[in-house]
Amino acid sequence: MPVAQDADPLLAGERAERRRDTRTLDAVLLFVGLVALWQVGSVVLGREALPSPVATVGKLTAIMSDEDFPRHAWETARAFLTALLISLIAGLVIGLALGAHRLSGEVTEPILAALYSIPKITLYPVILLLFGLGISAKIAFGVIHGIIPVILFTMNAVRNIRAVYLRSARAMRLTLAQTATTIVIPAALPEIVSGFRVGFALTLLGTLIGEMFASQRGVGYMLVKAMETGDTATVMSLALLLVVLATAASAALLALDRRLRRYALP
Amino acid sequence: MTAEHLRLEGVTRVYPPMESHAAVHALGPLDLSLNRGEFFSVVGPSGCGKSTLLDVVAGLAKPTAGSINFEGKPVLGQVPDGVGVVFQEDASFPWLTVYDNAAFALRRAGVAAREVAERVEHTLAFTGLMSFAHAYPAQLSGGMRQRLCIARTLVMRPRMLLLDEPFGALDQQTRLLMGDELLKLWRETGATILLITHSLDEAALLSDRIGVMSARPGVFIDLVETGWARDRDSRIASQASFGVVTGRLWAALRDESIKALAMAS
Amino acid sequence: MNRASLIRIALLFGALAVLEWACRYGYVSREAVIPPTTMLQGAWRALALEETRAEILWTLENVAISLILSVVVGSAAGLLLHRGARLRRALDPLLASYYAVPTFVFYPLFIVLFGLNRWPLIAIGFLFAVVAVIINTLDGLARIPRSFTRTAAVMRLTPAQYALHIILPAAAPWLFTGVKFAVAYSFIGVIAGEFVVSGAGMGHAIAFAYNSFDNRMMYGLIVLLFATVGSINMLLWMWERRLYARRAGR
Repeated sequence: MPVAQDADPLLAGERAERRRDTRTLDAVLLFVGLVALWQVGSVVLGREALPSPVATVGKLTAIMSDEDFPRHAWETARAFLTALLISLIAGLVIGLALGAHRLSGEVTEPILAALYSIPKITLYPVILLLFGLGISAKIAFGVIHGIIPVILFTMNAVRNIRAVYLRSARAMRLTLAQTATTIVIPAALPEIVSGFRVGFALTLLGTLIGEMFASQRGVGYMLVKAMETGDTATVMSLALLLVVLATAASAALLALDRRLRRYALP
Repeated sequence: MTAEHLRLEGVTRVYPPMESHAAVHALGPLDLSLNRGEFFSVVGPSGCGKSTLLDVVAGLAKPTAGSINFEGKPVLGQVPDGVGVVFQEDASFPWLTVYDNAAFALRRAGVAAREVAERVEHTLAFTGLMSFAHAYPAQLSGGMRQRLCIARTLVMRPRMLLLDEPFGALDQQTRLLMGDELLKLWRETGATILLITHSLDEAALLSDRIGVMSARPGVFIDLVETGWARDRDSRIASQASFGVVTGRLWAALRDESIKALAMAS
Repeated sequence: MNRASLIRIALLFGALAVLEWACRYGYVSREAVIPPTTMLQGAWRALALEETRAEILWTLENVAISLILSVVVGSAAGLLLHRGARLRRALDPLLASYYAVPTFVFYPLFIVLFGLNRWPLIAIGFLFAVVAVIINTLDGLARIPRSFTRTAAVMRLTPAQYALHIILPAAAPWLFTGVKFAVAYSFIGVIAGEFVVSGAGMGHAIAFAYNSFDNRMMYGLIVLLFATVGSINMLLWMWERRLYARRAGR
């Protein structure tokens, strides 16, 4: 057991400050490093196969200023945001229920884990047959990709709540509702947010894949058209756009995650 | 108001058989009577059922047989009003500040904001946590976190305080100081205290009476009166009678401990 | 077999029975979903045809190669990254957003690199799986208690001995989790690639069946795929339980 230290709230804060400083520097260094690697790859493999960073940014600007682009972007955004809302909210509720009720959780967990591992892309024909062509198929595809990690993470979070918190709740004579809202959710929140991060990325992936087939609109459609015509410049530009968006959202969620973990015990 | 505060009669706890193990006779049959304002400790070898005893007294678990009466009313699987519990593990909520942790139970019970503030501030000052009121538990040492758990319980003004090896994770010096603090709290609040501990020294220093438990299934094999004055602190360790008490405790406990060690699978 | 398993099996059978009934009595359009028994017939037919058997085998080989590569490279990368805490922290946002981009958009790039064969597919599977292996390796290495490291120093172990006799067993549960992910993601990556852009393999066969309106074959193949992935997962899960049954909490 470690020797008890004098409480020093200031020390913990200072250490965090120092860590933050290197973080921005590191992000910049990493960014520069990756771009350099990209440039080298472009030179080695040829501009046809791997367009250079500069060319890609140029192409992306051209695409985004094109009059058609807002239409596609909005189409994708619509489908994605709907799928995301469903994945996160339904996933949270189902995860909480399965986490709280031991038996249900135990019964369903292997099924969920199995569903997580299956290449859901092969279900796409089934989804199309069930939902027809259109936005609901895309949303459905986004949801089946994103909802499972949210459920799994939430379920795990609830199950892993330290038993002593629940015993304290009973010792303090809290009602079930009070226990759920003032103890279960705050205690499980950090891990739930981790689930949201994964759910976000996978819902986006699912929506895009959904758009890549049988859809005449959306970023996914633009992507598959570019792939078919061998337009690597467009493929790279759109991929870059997606990476930037996904990274930004992920960084924001990560920041939220860090704020929540700030008070987590070491 | 009778002097008797807590009464246990024939209390037994048997854990039912499960997939992984047969039925476990963890506790009893046990008899105990505590007077109001008494400081009572329970010592015993590991696995003897000390924590089970606390769970049952607190109403967190139901006895398989026997009865428990707190303030004349039976305790049956529900935590009665006026009982506070401090657990072995750190139960401070990491997502709340020290202040909010202390205020937590009062707020849930619907106490008016004014009174909450008054009682929380008084208790935090009393336990020496006032200067950390806006810190988070993660920024505190282990000892301070346990102090917070005790403060959180004290704010509720419990008439009986149950502590399950509250200082187990702390080093010896901190333990001794926390023991003095506990005595101070006890004198101020006049609560009845039931302390579970594996430290014979701690039990001998702090208590009016000590119950020595046998190896599983735990029953009391000795009840030792210390005869200390109410106004005591850890310095009584230098008195000769301290050695007599601890000697008697170990004499009763040594064989049971050997038995318990052999039992451990 | 415990209560949960029994309930689970009952639930699955129940669901299949309901689906069978709904299909046969017209509650679900035959164009969309076929009865489970017909799906099984499709699966049987797929296995009977030498052509489909060859495609399935080809896919399994691709998955296996991707798996081995991702586990080896991923573990090594994890080991190296473990030392570089700053690099690791900087990579965090990227790692999380990694799975948002459909990696098979880089398929044309891989065709240029490797040619029109199985290697672009393996590359996609590899890219999908390797990150999960790295994350889990890092997790496992991070949890090795310092006391282990110091004991090794006191025993004067060489780096190789330390890696083999201490790191490996101590981090094993997390490495195993990494392997489980690698299996799943290799399948996902390879089959997604085959489905979207390749002209061969199980993924392609499913897409082809869909486009030819051959529902029986399509569902048959999907059933086979699920059965394969499901069995492998279950075997891994059972193996994991036996390996770590007596091990104390992680």
